[in-house]
Amino acid sequence: MPALVIAAHGSHLNPGSHDPAFAHADTIRAAGAFEEVREAFWKEEPSFREVLRTLDSEQIYVVPLFVSEGYFTEQVIPRELRLEEWDVADWNSEGTDADHVTLTAEDVGKTVHYCGPAGTHESMTDVIVQRAESVTGDPDVGEGFGLAVVGHGTKRNENSAKATEYHAERVRETGRFEEVHALFMDEEPEVDDVTEFFESDDVVVVPLFVADGYHTQEDIPEDMGLTDDYREGYDIPTEVDGTRIWYAGAVGTEALMADVLLERAADAGADVGNALDLVRQRTGGTAAAGD
Amino acid sequence: MNDAQLHALREAATDGVSCDGLRAERTEDGYTFATPEATHEGLDEAGFDALAEANPWLVSNWHVWADASGARAAYCRWIERADDLGVRERYEALVEGLSREWGQLLVTAELGEDGGRVYELRHVDDANAEPDALALHDDPLDAREIATLDADGRYRPLKTAPTLQRGWRFAALDGRDLVRTVEFFYPATVANWQREREGDLDVTHFRETAERQTGIYDVVDELDPEGVENLARACCVDSQCLKRREWDEDDEAELDAPRGDGEFPCREPCSLVIAAARQWAILESEDSRTYEFELTPSEKTQLEEIVGAVAEGRTDEIREADVGDGANRYRARYLRAKLTDEDGSFENVSGGQ
Repeated sequence: MPALVIAAHGSHLNPGSHDPAFAHADTIRAAGAFEEVREAFWKEEPSFREVLRTLDSEQIYVVPLFVSEGYFTEQVIPRELRLEEWDVADWNSEGTDADHVTLTAEDVGKTVHYCGPAGTHESMTDVIVQRAESVTGDPDVGEGFGLAVVGHGTKRNENSAKATEYHAERVRETGRFEEVHALFMDEEPEVDDVTEFFESDDVVVVPLFVADGYHTQEDIPEDMGLTDDYREGYDIPTEVDGTRIWYAGAVGTEALMADVLLERAADAGADVGNALDLVRQRTGGTAAAGD
Repeated sequence: MNDAQLHALREAATDGVSCDGLRAERTEDGYTFATPEATHEGLDEAGFDALAEANPWLVSNWHVWADASGARAAYCRWIERADDLGVRERYEALVEGLSREWGQLLVTAELGEDGGRVYELRHVDDANAEPDALALHDDPLDAREIATLDADGRYRPLKTAPTLQRGWRFAALDGRDLVRTVEFFYPATVANWQREREGDLDVTHFRETAERQTGIYDVVDELDPEGVENLARACCVDSQCLKRREWDEDDEAELDAPRGDGEFPCREPCSLVIAAARQWAILESEDSRTYEFELTPSEKTQLEEIVGAVAEGRTDEIREADVGDGANRYRARYLRAKLTDEDGSFENVSGGQ
């Protein structure tokens, strides 16, 4: 049976950074679709550089637990895994379309099915909606509510914003929420002015980040005016300028995220059996019709 | 040994069996059963079975290793010193337990049912602790949580830092779960150790690693040879990391810094070393200047002691009233009050402008 590697950023400073990768790996392990499931990190161990040699399997599916296509998915991960035949053109992506490429890792001679990042998979949209349900405690949340999908945004890589806009558009198309907007930390339109973009009295704010850390726990709550000092905390919801803000924290911590990782591997050809159903049952997702 | 093992041995004898002094074969002339002491040929099945019954540890030992291969088997055999001890000697020792240290881990192999192996894992400093005094775990995944924080609750970004917390044990692990647990504590160490034993360790030296870096780490390759030497002395010694450094500046330039005494090799500068190297590459790009300080000899010594105490992570150990130690907090505060202005900058230092 093949192996699944969840490739995440990790941190030298923040122990919580690896929690989502561990949690989703555990969910997928329990579903039994892979002989081996291993987390690998840029800043922690096992490193991308060494993870493949720790696995018995000859067929390995690698899914980046990153929110967008860009520097990590296009340069760092393929380089560190020693996928020497890698060419980003093989993904044939406009920024949100990366699917998978099959390559050989030179140091171990194993076959690697290198997948696009979790964050740009279409089922990530479901996780964003589920996050809104989780934070409001309302499985039918939508009517009377606005939804803000918040990305980091950076002038260095336009794909960072594309992923955020992609999911905002997909949620908008469902018509479930009164209004949906993509907002950003480091570019316009900025999350600081969240209430100006919405007419609804209630707005759910879902940051498209993998882990809770500095940005999602300190920057964004303070920028939005939920609190003057993140250490003092804030209520959910908190009223800001007459709008109730339901701040969800990093979407990557939502249990349903495990489903996206599994779907990426399945799209790349992994035989995951009934694991998708098991994971969705376990993480509160609803299997799509026909699944 | 049990009947299933005996049956399996008879089956395997058709293709020939050779394991740790046991040899079993089946030819047209009957069975052969050889031990380190004697070889018996031309046996019928009853004769073969009788010899197996008389040498149960040889049979069960063969059965333990029959299907094992690769790094996991090599590691488990290393733990019980299979290459050095005869089977009978090993089985006698395994009753009490055979232990090896692996970084700060103590791995103990013991005999399980029918001569199988079970493993126990605990902190080396808990070697003599009563089992009940240690928190019992059986899921390898728990190792990730134990390894995340040190005894003071501080995050351990480097898994092989010698700061593993104590007070836990994993019991009754099979070989597979043992290696999984070890690998959650010290990722990739078993794989790289095995590669090294086979003469196949792919070392990537500092220069090659540095040249591969992109983005904000692109500057790492600007660190000069002396900087690389100091980097290894700062980061890659036993007091900071239990891996044994096998990389050097490049193929030709060996570093003088000690490599460490660790059981498992370090084949490439890790992400923490690269992050630190980036900082030093940036700092070393500054030109040096000359400053003129007025210090008493004791104050100069005190500054040296402060640098030493911080570098060794010793500041928490200095007793509050131990004003004889140059890195004592009150000593440092007195020096600051005397020598620096309200911003904490040195006063009355000339030069360097």
